[in-house]
Amino acid sequence: MRRVLVSGILVILCFVLQTTVFNEIAFGGIVPNLMIVLTASFGFMRGERTGLVFGFFCGLLSDIFFGSVIGLYAMIYMYIGYINGKFNRIFYPEDIKLPMALILVSDIAYGLICYIILFLMRGRFHISYYFIHIILPEMVYTILVTLILYPIILWINKKLEDIEQRSARKFV
Amino acid sequence: MSPIVKRKGEKFTLPGKYLLFILTILCTGLIVLTFNTNFLSAPVSAVGGFIIVPLQEGISKAGSWINTRSEELVQIRSLLKENEELKAQIDELTMENIKLQQDRYELTNLRELFDLGAQYDEYDKVGARIIAKDSGNWFHSFTIDKGSEDGLMIDMNVMAGSGLVGRIIDVGPNWSKVMAIIDDNSNTSGMVLSTSDNLIVTGDLELYADGIISFEKLVDSADRVVEGDKIVTSNVSDKYLPGILIGYISSINKDSNNLTKSGYITPAVDFEHLEEVLVITQLKQTAEEKE
Repeated sequence: MRRVLVSGILVILCFVLQTTVFNEIAFGGIVPNLMIVLTASFGFMRGERTGLVFGFFCGLLSDIFFGSVIGLYAMIYMYIGYINGKFNRIFYPEDIKLPMALILVSDIAYGLICYIILFLMRGRFHISYYFIHIILPEMVYTILVTLILYPIILWINKKLEDIEQRSARKFV
Repeated sequence: MSPIVKRKGEKFTLPGKYLLFILTILCTGLIVLTFNTNFLSAPVSAVGGFIIVPLQEGISKAGSWINTRSEELVQIRSLLKENEELKAQIDELTMENIKLQQDRYELTNLRELFDLGAQYDEYDKVGARIIAKDSGNWFHSFTIDKGSEDGLMIDMNVMAGSGLVGRIIDVGPNWSKVMAIIDDNSNTSGMVLSTSDNLIVTGDLELYADGIISFEKLVDSADRVVEGDKIVTSNVSDKYLPGILIGYISSINKDSNNLTKSGYITPAVDFEHLEEVLVITQLKQTAEEKE
């Protein structure tokens, strides 16, 4: 229950931050993708199920407020969370390289999928332009934000696990 | 996954694979449903408006406050210099003003003579504050802090200053989503004010950075349209009220078909620094409504 509550607050907080504060401090009109950081990190920290649920709700929020249809972003984020969950087995909290690499790849994948579904389908073929001006800057910015955000997420997750372990021990 | 969670989950274990499968079907269903109908948007947007919008309102207010403060500090020095220059200009302008007032007097007289009405019709407007912008980098839409409770409806036009910003594409009880005319998805029917030639104004992601939007399908066989001409919303648009300023032509080229022209427009609105907008609470009259 506590975990659900904290997760909900995290998702909403990241969404609100991304749409307000980060829009104010955007470099060259590019906003970092906090939702990807959140989805991917919970994916590889907690496994496939958590990843896909996180992705689903992060995407749903974007859909409700900014999507033209409901469910599209939810699906993209969900699959990203699920695939990140596959890496749960080789994840160690002490190692920062794997999370960084996963978040980076997730963000690029997200950008490419968005381009293919939302732009390529409408006949915008300048992939190099979109890659250099949208996907790449977003990736760099997202990675920079990850350096700050990821330790916080990791810490929250560890706290939650500690509390859960303690209360479980009480009952045993 | 820790063993404790697994034990807890024994009451209800649904492997990730199946959950993914179920949610995928759900998403696909939702996409098809919302693509074809409008029937889900009301309950969903109500829930979103209840939780998210108040938070966004608060934070964006705080965010823009910090932003303004920091900008103020940077600007003080340049402002001092500017102040001196401006003082000098005032003298110049007062002289000019007197001359212009005389001209205006003449103009009003002449206008009355010709019985010309105001240049634009006066529309009822309501002010709203932008509280959030698109979470991604692909599109250019934003949410404002007024919705159906304030009498807003889908397709109402949104302005800032004297220029067109876009139109409302989704309404919640206390928020609405606005698609800007520079959005990659947006097409606006416009017209050259001086010659009444129609054209299509298209937003383009590739042009965001340069602060311009493109137009196409301008039929101008007499070559009368020139750079700097005013573009306003056209009479034949079914979403936009006529006569709202979109921007000025910044460059114009002949298409390869030799019939139409295309080019770029500098919008009248500064989309980078939008904070407050005006919503025109009047919908364009369409043929069906007239009956």
